[in-house]
Amino acid sequence: MDWEWISSNTGEIGGLLGDHIYLAIVPIVAGLVVALVVGALGVRFPRLYPPIVALSSTFYTIPSLALFVIMPGLISTQILDPINVIIALTIYSASLLVRNVMDGLRATSPEVRQSALSMGYTPIRQLWEIDLPIAMPLVFAGLRVATVANISMVSVGALIGVGGLGELFTQGFQRRFYTPLLVGLVLSVLLALLADALLVLLQRWLTPWARLVR
Amino acid sequence: MTLFNELVAFLSESANWSGSRGIPVRIGEHVLYTVVALAAAFAVAFPIGLLIGHTGRGAFLAINIGNAARAVPTFGVLILVVLLAGLGFLPVLVALVILGIPPILTSTYAGIRGVEGSTVIAARSMGMTERNMLLKVELPIALPTVIAGLRSATLQIVSTATIAAYVALGGLGRFVIDGQQQRDYGKMAAGAVLVAALAIAFDLLWGLVDRVVVSPGVSGRLPRTRRARDADSPPPTTGTTPTDPLTPEPAGRPT
Repeated sequence: MDWEWISSNTGEIGGLLGDHIYLAIVPIVAGLVVALVVGALGVRFPRLYPPIVALSSTFYTIPSLALFVIMPGLISTQILDPINVIIALTIYSASLLVRNVMDGLRATSPEVRQSALSMGYTPIRQLWEIDLPIAMPLVFAGLRVATVANISMVSVGALIGVGGLGELFTQGFQRRFYTPLLVGLVLSVLLALLADALLVLLQRWLTPWARLVR
Repeated sequence: MTLFNELVAFLSESANWSGSRGIPVRIGEHVLYTVVALAAAFAVAFPIGLLIGHTGRGAFLAINIGNAARAVPTFGVLILVVLLAGLGFLPVLVALVILGIPPILTSTYAGIRGVEGSTVIAARSMGMTERNMLLKVELPIALPTVIAGLRSATLQIVSTATIAAYVALGGLGRFVIDGQQQRDYGKMAAGAVLVAALAIAFDLLWGLVDRVVVSPGVSGRLPRTRRARDADSPPPTTGTTPTDPLTPEPAGRPT
């Protein structure tokens, strides 16, 4: 471990860490929005459910590097554009989340549904004020997995020149130098743990009733 | 020439389909790496998963290894193993096996643990030995979950084997990495499309295995028993169990 290298490169490491966070977070937020919209449609129109499940699991099957590389061909961006990584990770996040969203939205019991109906809730209001809060634990379970997976997958982007901390891995390999590699690994794992902890806190804050029921 | 045309041009060039660096050879290499790594990971993880699931000892390990493995970037692990052990097939294989173990271990454990207590008690009171209970009762019931774990381990390995081309492994990742260096998008895209197709093919294959090896009584694909079971079991209520989102939905899901 070469501590001098770390202290003389803190600026660069910080920059890569910032890139990494950006490349992981944007797809999560975008993927959640897509998953909520598609998931709500899939629950509202049950006929859409099987194709959504099939499509999302197919997307999830495609290796990350392959999807990063296919992206420019699909949406005609530049090959080294970070947007490829962002869109590819958005597809992964959405594919993972949509299943949880749909299962979560369908978890409302028929009695609750009827109560809402007889109280005059419109379908949209029922979705927003009843189904969505009930779906929250499942959605958060998906968010945690997707976030941690994204933070790990961003590194692969280093192979096409957009990798955040992954660039420390390629540096370490090219120079047979452990320090950048270990710094990258440690920061990436810490980032994943931190993000996971933040999501747990956010879930507590958003679902205060969960503590009361217990 | 658009990027898509470059891809088509690469795939329709007959020279790319022959020789030791041709597409068929690269597919063969990729399949070989995947099968060898998966078999090795299974040989390590499956017995441990069975043991932990059956005895309940070491459950902490089984649960946490899966979560921890997700947080560690696979690309970093690959490079670390290669720096420690050197270039070549064996070090990369070790990395692939390490990455394949957690999903198999966790799902085997979860599958066995998920067997209902009353079922286990029934088996025990019929005088089954521990070994028979595990192999004839718990394992068949856990099989769909075990296969789901093998499925995600396969995807993990196929995906990481692609990246491993960066550290001088063969396989379809070669096209992606070499194409990147030669500024040949057709080559890169061809590698990407082929590896995506390979991953999907493996996944379909596991779906098929699932259909063949899982007992119809467990999967609910037996028409007569399904009706009988539906009559017995209470209607689906709230509280859908938070399934692992990575686990594929079992076929024939009652909607």
